[in-house]
Amino acid sequence: MTRYDIVIIGGGPAGIAAAIRSSASNKSVLLIEREARLGGILKQCIHDGFGLSRYKEKLSGPEYAEREIEKLKNTAVDIKTLTFVSKIVRATNGYQLTLITRQGIERLFAHKLILATGCRERTGKQVAIHGTNPSGVLTAGSAQYYMNILGQMPMKRTVILGSGDIGLIMARRITLEGGLVVGVYEIKREPSGLTRNLVQCLNDYNIPLFLSKTVTRVFGHDRLSGVEIMKVDETMTPIPGTEEYIECDSLILSVGLIPENEIAETLAVPLNPATKGPYVDQGMETLVDGIYSCGNALHVSDVADMVSETGELAATSAISIDAGARKLIKIGFNKNISYLVPSHLDCDKPLNKVICYFRSSACLTNQTLKITVDGLLVKSIKYKHVRPPEMERLLIDFSNIVSPKKILFSLEEST
Amino acid sequence: MKQIVCIVCPNSCHLQIDEKTFQVTGQLCSRGAAYAKQELLDPKRTLTSSVKTIYKAHPVVSVRTTGEISKTIIPEVLAALRQIVIDKPLPRGSIIIDNVADSGIDIITTSTLDGE
Repeated sequence: MTRYDIVIIGGGPAGIAAAIRSSASNKSVLLIEREARLGGILKQCIHDGFGLSRYKEKLSGPEYAEREIEKLKNTAVDIKTLTFVSKIVRATNGYQLTLITRQGIERLFAHKLILATGCRERTGKQVAIHGTNPSGVLTAGSAQYYMNILGQMPMKRTVILGSGDIGLIMARRITLEGGLVVGVYEIKREPSGLTRNLVQCLNDYNIPLFLSKTVTRVFGHDRLSGVEIMKVDETMTPIPGTEEYIECDSLILSVGLIPENEIAETLAVPLNPATKGPYVDQGMETLVDGIYSCGNALHVSDVADMVSETGELAATSAISIDAGARKLIKIGFNKNISYLVPSHLDCDKPLNKVICYFRSSACLTNQTLKITVDGLLVKSIKYKHVRPPEMERLLIDFSNIVSPKKILFSLEEST
Repeated sequence: MKQIVCIVCPNSCHLQIDEKTFQVTGQLCSRGAAYAKQELLDPKRTLTSSVKTIYKAHPVVSVRTTGEISKTIIPEVLAALRQIVIDKPLPRGSIIIDNVADSGIDIITTSTLDGE
């Protein structure tokens, strides 16, 4: 059976970055991708704004992906495309993988696994919309695939449910290509996309955004003919009597992304309910030794640059010498933080350059993040604004700390 | 004072600009000040789109402007893109329209078109 030191599952930006970084060692590395081409979702993200921190340029998704793929092609990493991982079982000192390829079923051994399986869109089935089952109801990612890869625009008059970034980007794309976007409806009181997308996708083209409103019913037999919109109360429950009918031939859903962790679940990797990705330490190692998680499978990131970064962090720790038993401490945080990655600190891994990502639990102004270890202040950072859709990234030096017991991240109003 | 949200990067700085002196506050970097002034005088955007090809496996190829163009010429640029059908393989970064709408900016492809 073929043996690899490191097998990376998923050939999007996280997996590619992990593969490039892994190849900088003398380890044998395999990258597995189920599609014909590497690059993941970036292939269809033709809008710009990628690579601002990684390349100091404003690139489109395909450009970012191709640059990463070109770097990968200069390494000794083995790549298998059109390959699907159907099963992984624990074996002595590693894992046995069953793959389905064009040639048939193949088995191989991996000493370590890096899971870079990305995320999926929440679909109409996962939000409460009643009515018929006509064509014309699709996710923002599907609409993006139709337009940017197939060159088809299957909509003329569109309602967008949810103010996620891809929904906002598709609102602009449809408008520029001659379609009409009647409005973007968001069930929450705050928009869920990045502020810059609200400005350059909606405001620029006078596309209205309606907050605290949702689609409750779809109409139409073969094709969507319209939707019912209702106002919602503070608990996001539709208010009777607020129904309005809007004629449209398409409903685009941009209602959230969920990390894809089916493989992690079969390997009993503990998942964090706040991120829906695995709990990890600062080296992106999950609570199962030798299994690493990165990219949108770990937590849904705002930008591809951070996805690539977590891939590199995972690979950096996967190629380092196994230190034996890990000394894990869970990192605590207060109620103003909705989640923190990493969730744990491994005191046996490097502590000098720990990269942390967090999201606030609400839109807050004039906040200070205080990081304390056993009551001692390690770092304090001020934020004028924090918004849940905008992820914050920090670099922290924990190397002066000897056998810490309690690490706390506390986001409080500045004094 | 005019309130502007900077869209240069995901930091989304909330800027205030004085309409007379062009004094800008609220930015984390110098790009924010330049953006606010430009936004007041002549808002500019990078335009991304796609153009048709003759290839079944790649019916469209993604394109963008090499820099920012005035928002006012976006409809004209899109109309020019709709006239184009690419009939030969092209490497990424190939110029599709030179000096589009006399803006000094070119339209380039943003992915490899291998012609399969």
